[in-house]
Amino acid sequence: MTSYLVRRGWQSLLVLLGVSAVVFLILHLTGDPALLLLPPDATAEDIARFRTAMGFDDPVFVQYIRFLRGALRGDFGESVRHGEPAMSLVLERLPATFELAGAGLLLALCLAIPAGIVSAVKRNTAVDYISTVMALLGQAMPTFWLGIMLILVFSVRLSWLPSSGRGDVEHLVLPAITLGLFTTARIARLTRSGMLEVLAQDYIRTARAKGVSEPPVVWKHALKNASIPIVTIVGIELGTLLGGSVITETIFAWPGVGRLSVQAIFNRDYPVVQAAVFLLASTFVIVNFLVDVAYTYLDPRIRFR
Amino acid sequence: MSPPGSVAAESVPLAPARPRAEREWVAVLRRLVRRRTALFGLAVVAIVFLTALLAPAVSPFDPFDQDISQRLKEPGWQDAHGRVHPLGTDHLGRDILARIIYGSRIALLVGLSAVLISGLLGMTIGLCAGYFGGRLDDFFMRLADIQLAFPFILLAIAVIGVLGPSLGNIIVVIGVSSWVVYARVVRAEVLSIREREFVQAAVALGSLDGRILLRHVLPNAFTPWLVVATLDMARVIVIESALSFLGLGVQPPTPTWGGMLADGRVYLSTAWWLATFPGLAILITVLGINLFGDGLRDTLDPRLKV
Repeated sequence: MTSYLVRRGWQSLLVLLGVSAVVFLILHLTGDPALLLLPPDATAEDIARFRTAMGFDDPVFVQYIRFLRGALRGDFGESVRHGEPAMSLVLERLPATFELAGAGLLLALCLAIPAGIVSAVKRNTAVDYISTVMALLGQAMPTFWLGIMLILVFSVRLSWLPSSGRGDVEHLVLPAITLGLFTTARIARLTRSGMLEVLAQDYIRTARAKGVSEPPVVWKHALKNASIPIVTIVGIELGTLLGGSVITETIFAWPGVGRLSVQAIFNRDYPVVQAAVFLLASTFVIVNFLVDVAYTYLDPRIRFR
Repeated sequence: MSPPGSVAAESVPLAPARPRAEREWVAVLRRLVRRRTALFGLAVVAIVFLTALLAPAVSPFDPFDQDISQRLKEPGWQDAHGRVHPLGTDHLGRDILARIIYGSRIALLVGLSAVLISGLLGMTIGLCAGYFGGRLDDFFMRLADIQLAFPFILLAIAVIGVLGPSLGNIIVVIGVSSWVVYARVVRAEVLSIREREFVQAAVALGSLDGRILLRHVLPNAFTPWLVVATLDMARVIVIESALSFLGLGVQPPTPTWGGMLADGRVYLSTAWWLATFPGLAILITVLGINLFGDGLRDTLDPRLKV
């Protein structure tokens, strides 16, 4: 088990290194980062002076090593617009994004797993059809449209819920539904197919044959065995949620990292963009490493690989 | 020891019979059509494609035609010439139905081109990684992990923000960064095909790696690739409209579904139809592609998990 975790930990470090290279390259895509960072009306001398001051004349590899050193200390340079360190701006907004993504994930799990189980147990009944159709619609619905429609109905027409900002639970409802719906649909379909597969296994028939009543068969014997793909998808869906936060936060004026990044891109505030992309990607890598750790408990066979 | 004759009797015929393969396709189509949801999906996709192709013929109005005196008119509104705007007009008096019809062109163009780029890229990487294995395989699979670590939309807007929003940039950025699913699925398929008798026979006969990959491995890895490509097209269409929604897609006045939604958001409290209909267009298109793709998967390769 230790060797498995060491190997996975090593792989995660490699991926983080790759992530840092991509984040570094974002600024070098056009070939001249100085032009990107300076306002369009900068003079040629300004540009030349800035280029020397920032070290943009050095070989790209040297620049990358310098960037990596900074990144390890959380130093991505100063925000062009706010004059503060880019990373501290992003970190300030991180709790809001985690709150939203957490609420979206919680909502998804609370809705999707029961829906998937009921669908599988009551296969080909009206409940199953309704839940399947809902899941199909949920997967096809673009996040931004759903958010706008929810605002139209619940904020504009009914005036039940606020349409923007962060505050009490009321503010969280619409953004969390918007962000969580796609994930809900995905987990519901996966839970259904996973449960159907497990319910057809011999050990379930054995459990029923020896007289175990139906609820423990479903909730204990079947769900535990169907949970591995669900845990996997939760790790992967975190990426969807963090990415989705870009859109959802923009629609609901939610003060998180996603909205900050979109604003930073339009303000050409690239140090902030780099810090945000790096932080969200690293979060994803770390969570997926933790998911792998969780596997070793759910499926002891992995420990001996 | 078995007599030499029995080996020949068990071996798979080397030359695949062409006519049989064609009949298989017909059978697959027939099975596909029998699934009602897949047929519905196919019909939706066909209608959207035809609409995009025949846009000038089916569109009731010019999508660029502005008329400030007729701005924000509700669905079904009839103008002075007796012409009906079935879905209403936008903030510049342009017909919404016409703009949705023309918007499908951008959605499908980006969808098809990006899927083609990422599909070819992923197919090539998957074939090589699976067939040659070793360091090459390790390298590409780590690269895939790195790619997947990024929230896709965030990376896309960062890169397009730097390069500038244009049709070409959008297609290339989405195309180049979507290869992972294809590569993984093709690689997994190649790993099992590589061990099959007909590949080993080709190796024994002295075929070159390139020929084996193209003639023997590729045709067998094509089916899962096709399923992934179909389902991925739906994802690309949503991403294109998300980029347009954020203002990083194809720039106005070209009609895009995402751009129309962004305009409509401003007038949400006074004119609900501006934001509602373009979103429905995305929803219906994506639903159609997903249903067709699901049907394709269940018919061609039910064990495939995508």
